[in-house]
Amino acid sequence: MQQAEPEIIFDDKIEQEIKIEPKDWMPEKYRQTLIRQISQHAHSEIVGMLPEGNWITRAPSLRRKAILLAKVQDEAGHGLYLYSAAETLGIGREEMYDQLHTGKAKYSSIFNYPTLTWADIGAIGWLVDGAAIMNQVPLCRASYGPYARAMVRICKEESFHQRQGFEILLTLGKGSKEQRDMAQDAINRWWWPSIMMFGPPDDSSPHTIQNTKWKIKRFTNDELRQRFVDICAEQVKVLGLELPDNDLKWNEERGHYDFGEINWDEFWEVVKGNGPCNKERLETRQKAWDNGAWVREAASAFAEKRNGL
Amino acid sequence: MNEWPLWEVFIRSKQGLDHKHVGSLHAADAQMAIENARDVYTRRMEGVSIWVVESKHIHASSPDEAGSLFDPANDKAYRHPTFYDLPDEVKYM
Repeated sequence: MQQAEPEIIFDDKIEQEIKIEPKDWMPEKYRQTLIRQISQHAHSEIVGMLPEGNWITRAPSLRRKAILLAKVQDEAGHGLYLYSAAETLGIGREEMYDQLHTGKAKYSSIFNYPTLTWADIGAIGWLVDGAAIMNQVPLCRASYGPYARAMVRICKEESFHQRQGFEILLTLGKGSKEQRDMAQDAINRWWWPSIMMFGPPDDSSPHTIQNTKWKIKRFTNDELRQRFVDICAEQVKVLGLELPDNDLKWNEERGHYDFGEINWDEFWEVVKGNGPCNKERLETRQKAWDNGAWVREAASAFAEKRNGL
Repeated sequence: MNEWPLWEVFIRSKQGLDHKHVGSLHAADAQMAIENARDVYTRRMEGVSIWVVESKHIHASSPDEAGSLFDPANDKAYRHPTFYDLPDEVKYM
C-alpha cells in the first residue's frame, strides 16, 4: 500500500534523525504513545517525591536536610517539565492529573515501596536514581523535540541525586556496625525493585519494537539492565557492602556480570496495584490535589482582582 | 474550576545574551507565572531575567509553509562571504 505523503515525510525525518516538533504531522499512534510515556514519566517524578519527602523532617543533619529538600524540589521541577512537554501533544494538564488520580495512568512501580530508614534515602539516590539516569540518558536523543529537551535538562540535574545517595551510603558504610547494617539492609530491599525499573524482559515488552523504530527508545530493557548491573557490581565494592544476589558473578566470556532470576510475579503484582504502598501513594496525591483546591481558587481570584478583570 | 492559562517561559542566562525559550507552565497571571518560572526554571542560577508570554499570544508559522517561507533563501549563496573567490594575497577581508 502506498503511504500518504505526510507519513513519508515523517518517516524520513525519523530516519535522518531530524526531531519531530509539536506542529509537525505525526501518526496518531506516535502521539498517543508519547502522551502515555511522557505523562507516566511526569507522574513518576511527582509520586517519586513522596517516599523521600517522608525523611525531610528527620534528615540527620542540616546539610542532609538542605540536600534532600533540593532533590525533592528537583523532582517536582522534573514533573513540571514533562507535563508541559506532554501538553504540546494536545492533552490538558488537569486531564493528566485526573488519569493519575483515578489510576488510569501508571507511574513507576518503584515508588510503591516504603522508605523505612534513613539509609533508604541513600539507596534510592544510588540505585533508583542511578537506574532512572540509565533509562533517561538515551531519551535525551528521543525523536520528539520537546521530550528530548526536557530530558536534557532533567539528566543535568539528576546526577547530583545519584551522588548524594552514594555519599549517604558511603558515610554509613564507614560508620558503626548498626549503621553498616542499616545501609546493607536498605540495599537488600532496593536492589531487586531497582533492576525491575528497566521493565519486563525484551521478549515480553509490548512497546519495545515500535518505540525503537520511532527512535523514542534507543536500547532494550535488557541491554540497559545489564549495563546497570555491571556498573553497580563494581560500585558496591567501594561501599564495602554487597548486592543481595548469590548468582552475581563476572562472566569473562560475555564480558558482563551474570545475575540471578528476577521475580517478575512481584513486579506485575506491584504494577497491578498490589505493592506495599500503591494505595497510600494515590491517596496522598489525591488529598494534596483536593486540599490545594482553595489555593488554586484564591490565586485565580487574586489574579482577577490584580488585573482588574 | 477553569485551568490556569499556559505561559511560555524565556530566560536570559546572562547579561549580553538573548532570552531563550526554556519551556512552559501554568499560572493564574503574569506575575505568578514569573514567580513560578523562577522556581521551575532557574534553580541553578540559569537566569538573570525572565520573560513570560501567554501561550495563546504566540503566533507560529505552519510547518506546511516551511517550503514557501524558507526555500527561496536556498539558491542565494552569494549572500555568504565564502561565495567570493579572492586572490590569496588579499589580507584582512
